[in-house]
Amino acid sequence: MSEVPAVTVRLTVNGREAEVRVHPMRRLLDVLRTELHLTGTKEGCGEGECGACSVLVNGELVNSCLTPVLQADGADVTTIEGIAGGPDVLHAVQQAFITHGGAQCGICTPGMVLASVTLLERTAHPNDEQIRAGLAGNLCRCTGYMRIFEAVRQAATSHTAAGAGKTK
Amino acid sequence: MLAAAPGKWRPFAGGTDLMVQLESGALPEGQYLGLWKLGELRGVRETSAGVEIGALTTYSEILASDLLGREYPLLGQAARETGGVATQNRGTIGGNIANASPAADTPPALLVYDAELELISVRGTRRVPYDAFHRGYKKMDLAPDELIARVRLPKRAPGWREHYRKVGTRKAQAISKVCLAAALVMDATGGAVVDVRIALGSVAPTVVRARQAEAAIRGQPLDAAAVEAAVHALAQDIAPIDDIRSTARYRLSVAGRLLRDWLRRV
Repeated sequence: MSEVPAVTVRLTVNGREAEVRVHPMRRLLDVLRTELHLTGTKEGCGEGECGACSVLVNGELVNSCLTPVLQADGADVTTIEGIAGGPDVLHAVQQAFITHGGAQCGICTPGMVLASVTLLERTAHPNDEQIRAGLAGNLCRCTGYMRIFEAVRQAATSHTAAGAGKTK
Repeated sequence: MLAAAPGKWRPFAGGTDLMVQLESGALPEGQYLGLWKLGELRGVRETSAGVEIGALTTYSEILASDLLGREYPLLGQAARETGGVATQNRGTIGGNIANASPAADTPPALLVYDAELELISVRGTRRVPYDAFHRGYKKMDLAPDELIARVRLPKRAPGWREHYRKVGTRKAQAISKVCLAAALVMDATGGAVVDVRIALGSVAPTVVRARQAEAAIRGQPLDAAAVEAAVHALAQDIAPIDDIRSTARYRLSVAGRLLRDWLRRV
């Protein structure tokens, strides 16, 4: 990452304006974690195969390890830090993960939550096949997935009932 | 830009494979020409001749297209089995073609649909039939100053029975070991195969049309003898290798089984 000069990239992250001066091909993942100190987003594989780095860019789920920050210029980014409604107001998905034991080591959890949130935004009452498809890009080595799917099913019922969670 | 310094700028769309190659050091650091914001290269359009798909159309956009779902369903089936939602939101059909992985999921469907590519440069526009585009492993009929602009799929007569099957380590988020896209149409009495397309991924240096397998059943009644002849002929159409995902022997065996399985049930 040598001869190309740094560029200024402006993006909105969890509702707040951010500006960084970095190499244009620097991974969005690294900008979020290092320049912006938002370490909730995790690197699991660095090659778009595990989904641990998932964030929302303009409302769409992407692997931030595969997104050059320049392509997020002007974008609205949501990370795990932006999912809760406030310090004591968890998103329905987060609450359901707690209730159902959807996290063990936690490394997949931020990405799983993002994938679940965006799934429920698009399909309010997903069936099992749709839940599996929505989370297919997120690998978990601990839970065996069943509790995660339970959490998503639960969140689907409470999400629409309470209208909980700020998701953009 | 591409014309002024051919070979210097590498087109970069969603980057779902280029970023992997770049981060692993497999690509020179060089210069990348970001295409992501070129809106004129996105979108699915119906025309009198069929459909046009902009090269920057993502897999998610393909899945969201009612037109493609109705008229060219194998594209959506391929898109649905590519990675997961996050990959589908960024991967593009043009990128998938130009990246030219032999294991790519959409190309076999494009071959079944007799796709044509529209390539653009400062020198003008040219059209290339997709089945002549890939010339060898990562070698294609694309000049350094050209971009893939559009994929055209001709209108299809009714009656095609279509099939797509991808075999991988998982049901999702897996690169294929073998991938089959196929379609055939029978005559009015159901007595003989009028026309057929069989295409496979991950069994050769490029995506392939299995022309010898097709010839074994075109014009024939679809009986057990014809099915076995096609499966036997398939071995001439493909050249599978051992690699990190699978072996030549497995691929040959499974490719034949996928074809037989489809032909017996179609």
